[in-house]
Amino acid sequence: MRVNGINRPAPSIPRRLLSDYLRGECGLTGTHVGCEHGVCGCCTVLLDGRAVRSCLMLAIQAEGHEVTTVEGLAPDGSALHPVQLAFKECHGLQCGFCTPGFVMAITGLLNENPNPTPQEIEEGIAGNLCRCTGYASIRRAVHRAVDLMQQAPSPPSGDTPPPPASPGTPPAARQRDI
Amino acid sequence: MTTRWFGAPVQRLEDERLLRGRGRYTDDLDERALHGCFARSPYAHARIRSIDVQAARGAPGVHAVYTAADLPFGDRDLPLLIPHPALTHGRTQRCLASEVVRYAGEAVAFVVADDRYLAEDAAELVEVDYEPLPVVITPEAAAEARHLVHEDVPGNVAAQLTQQIGDVEAALAEAPRTLSLRLRYERGAAQPMEARAVWARWDPGERRLLVYDSTQSPTSIRGGLAVLFGLPETSVDVVAPDVGGGFGPKIMLFYPDELLVPYSAMQLGRPVKWTEDRAEHFLAVNHERGQVHDVRVGFDADGRVVALDVDFIHDAGAYTPYGIILPIITAAQTTGPYSVPNYRTRFRALYTNATPTSPYRGAGRPHACFVMERTLDAIAADRGIDRAEVRRRNLIQPDQFPYDTGIAWQDGNRAVYDSGNYPALLDEGLRLLGPRPVGDNVGLGLAVYVEGTGVGPYEGAHVQVLVSGKVVAATGIPSQGQGHATVMAQIVADVLGVEVADVQIHSGDTRRFQWGVGTFASRGAVTAGNAMHAAALQVADKAKRIASEQLEVDPQDLELADGKVRVRGVPERAVPLAAVAILSNPLRYAFGGGAEIATQFQAPPRLGPPLAGGEQPGLEATGFFSPSGSTWASGCHAAYVRVDPRTYRLEILRYVVVHDCGRVINPLVLEGQIQGGVAQGIGGAFYERLVYDDDGQLRNASFMEFLIPYATEVPDAVIGHLETPSPLNPLGVKGAGEAGVIPVGAVIASAIEDALGVPVREMPLSPQRLFDLKARSPR
Repeated sequence: MRVNGINRPAPSIPRRLLSDYLRGECGLTGTHVGCEHGVCGCCTVLLDGRAVRSCLMLAIQAEGHEVTTVEGLAPDGSALHPVQLAFKECHGLQCGFCTPGFVMAITGLLNENPNPTPQEIEEGIAGNLCRCTGYASIRRAVHRAVDLMQQAPSPPSGDTPPPPASPGTPPAARQRDI
Repeated sequence: MTTRWFGAPVQRLEDERLLRGRGRYTDDLDERALHGCFARSPYAHARIRSIDVQAARGAPGVHAVYTAADLPFGDRDLPLLIPHPALTHGRTQRCLASEVVRYAGEAVAFVVADDRYLAEDAAELVEVDYEPLPVVITPEAAAEARHLVHEDVPGNVAAQLTQQIGDVEAALAEAPRTLSLRLRYERGAAQPMEARAVWARWDPGERRLLVYDSTQSPTSIRGGLAVLFGLPETSVDVVAPDVGGGFGPKIMLFYPDELLVPYSAMQLGRPVKWTEDRAEHFLAVNHERGQVHDVRVGFDADGRVVALDVDFIHDAGAYTPYGIILPIITAAQTTGPYSVPNYRTRFRALYTNATPTSPYRGAGRPHACFVMERTLDAIAADRGIDRAEVRRRNLIQPDQFPYDTGIAWQDGNRAVYDSGNYPALLDEGLRLLGPRPVGDNVGLGLAVYVEGTGVGPYEGAHVQVLVSGKVVAATGIPSQGQGHATVMAQIVADVLGVEVADVQIHSGDTRRFQWGVGTFASRGAVTAGNAMHAAALQVADKAKRIASEQLEVDPQDLELADGKVRVRGVPERAVPLAAVAILSNPLRYAFGGGAEIATQFQAPPRLGPPLAGGEQPGLEATGFFSPSGSTWASGCHAAYVRVDPRTYRLEILRYVVVHDCGRVINPLVLEGQIQGGVAQGIGGAFYERLVYDDDGQLRNASFMEFLIPYATEVPDAVIGHLETPSPLNPLGVKGAGEAGVIPVGAVIASAIEDALGVPVREMPLSPQRLFDLKARSPR
């Protein structure tokens, strides 16, 4: 599979969850594990641009797919992704544990629907639990992210599903083997 | 003090790291750590006949399996943190149970393996032969004492305490009207999104132990581990890194893992990590909130309370490691913002075969508020008086401060309210609430509350100006999301006249600051905030002393601003703080030009030693703050709700909070705390319920069935502020961490009672429960 544009080896054991694989084998600890039964959404990542719960998938099920984690939204040193920036501006996080899951779920939502209604936003974040904020600031952050993304016509990387990996014609600049 | 940052809605400094996925939570550490997993009791009460770990020890990848018999401290009771004379029968568990288990989830064996998967496999192979014993699961059953949780604790009574002001019996006898109510508040659970985790590494060469722990009190963990392992405390470092929410249960210590992870790391010579999963978090981490209150109240024809008698039982769970702080807080806070001339409170803390209880956000206050507010609503109904008016008639008035309640507080002193304006809170709450929405099945809920915050004994801080001119500061208390790195930077930046982004705060790391107590009881801003302020003031004084030599000006004529020490009224006569930091070290060495600025050959010659008597090198200082008493925050919550008459779904139409926590450091952070508290309160009032069966099994230990509210259940609260500064600390601040949650149960109960016309005497509620109440009520 590819994770944040980088080819990764198969998981060391077949029963490894995708969440554990990303954290333990890829060192991408921004993906958090809150419940391990698919309710809290802390472990949300993008699979081919769509939000999925990495605790409900085996890593081997992601073979042949592109996984984007929160670390892949805005590479270190670059500006924050609009969703991340909106969270910062709106105080959309406190302890930060649920935050990567929210950020990825909202990124997935806005990938599919760049102009959501307030009702669609409410439903879009209603699969993630936050125990700190009480959601008001997260709602504001989504509205702000919509504004920011409309101001920036070409969203930063991680936002749109990359072209599928096809053998022989790798998108060379981003592909690297580890 | 200039107040440039204090009070401003500064965006949080810690956010970017967390947003990029670069946070550092305990489970993020690895360093090829071995992984631990517990074998836990499936029984709520059982005698252990035997434990067989042979198969587990032989399982693939297993490095060790520990039972109590394998531990040098296996026969020691874990510490009782806060003893109290009334706690006559305090009991704590052992690290690993070997004779009797007293709640489902009590730890029996600890497996260490190459990874968590293998550790869980092996834990399943631990064979324990249990002889089940009778189970006591509700506080009422504990009071009946047909069975005992501890053989040597008669009546299951861990503690009892009675306090009285005035003469309650006489006042009740003379009262024109009296009412009796039984008010039940069930157990709840904090459920931070990060469950608990501990990681430890033993360095045999340096004989140092390093522990990362998702705790609210790393300094206490460090002290305990040093004693237990016979190490100098200076050889034990404990770090609470990013912690994914605390809300109380992470102030509890010691959980068994907090001993076993470091112990096994020392034994095995490898880092060891244990990360709790959600299922075991439900069982193994302390709960809160089970209390049943019998209330008798006497009042006059105008609805003024003349006597209040509250006799309550408290569900302590199987052990009392945290003492009896919860019922003590309930007892002290029941009368809340109201003047009650005759008040008697009696509690019994009772053992049950359930997970032990200790503070969860609110910590006995939600119960207290529920009791008082339900009682006032009952008085209003009895007298046919408007509910707001009944409250107005009973509120303590602004000229009555300091107000001595006469009741013992959690710090051992009496609860004395320092300042406030309760009638103004009520008026502002009603104003913000506005007119009642049209429609049927709409109800109004209302509650006024106080919150004792900023409890001692103390916190400290170290503030240092680096030779770059940037500032680093450290305090012992860790953050679990409260924004310490921002609000404390605001306090320091104001005193030192620097940009808030140039102040880096370290918290919860004993390597950086070894003194302190912990993050609990809404005390961080009051105690550590004022300690930061004290330390920064010393640094500012020192900077002025040093700069005064350089500028040949009296220190009193200097001020700190724009990153410089400058002459008041002559801002161009200034020394950069960076240069002062270099000058503060007589060696005066620095890369990048600093040495030239500070060379002794540019400064005027000085008599005497380079380091004057009593001075220390470095532009740094340590400060402490120890409060003379708690600061009492206060507030009013009010709501309109609608209850669907067919499904009993709850819709919160408007939720208003007016809050007074003294001077506000950062309104963004404060409103986040309040809104988050309201959400937890709504969860605890209508969605979350811990369902124990008669065998003591928690039947809903997952997020599928323990319903933490999603965004769809939580409205945006309308938040207003009053600022009545506390006279008890230089910053005038009070705590705010628990204010959002305290009155929510009372408000929701009040509103639902109003909407449905049925008496509500219990928490939590649910659609099913409302259906039952409605079906039972006379038409």
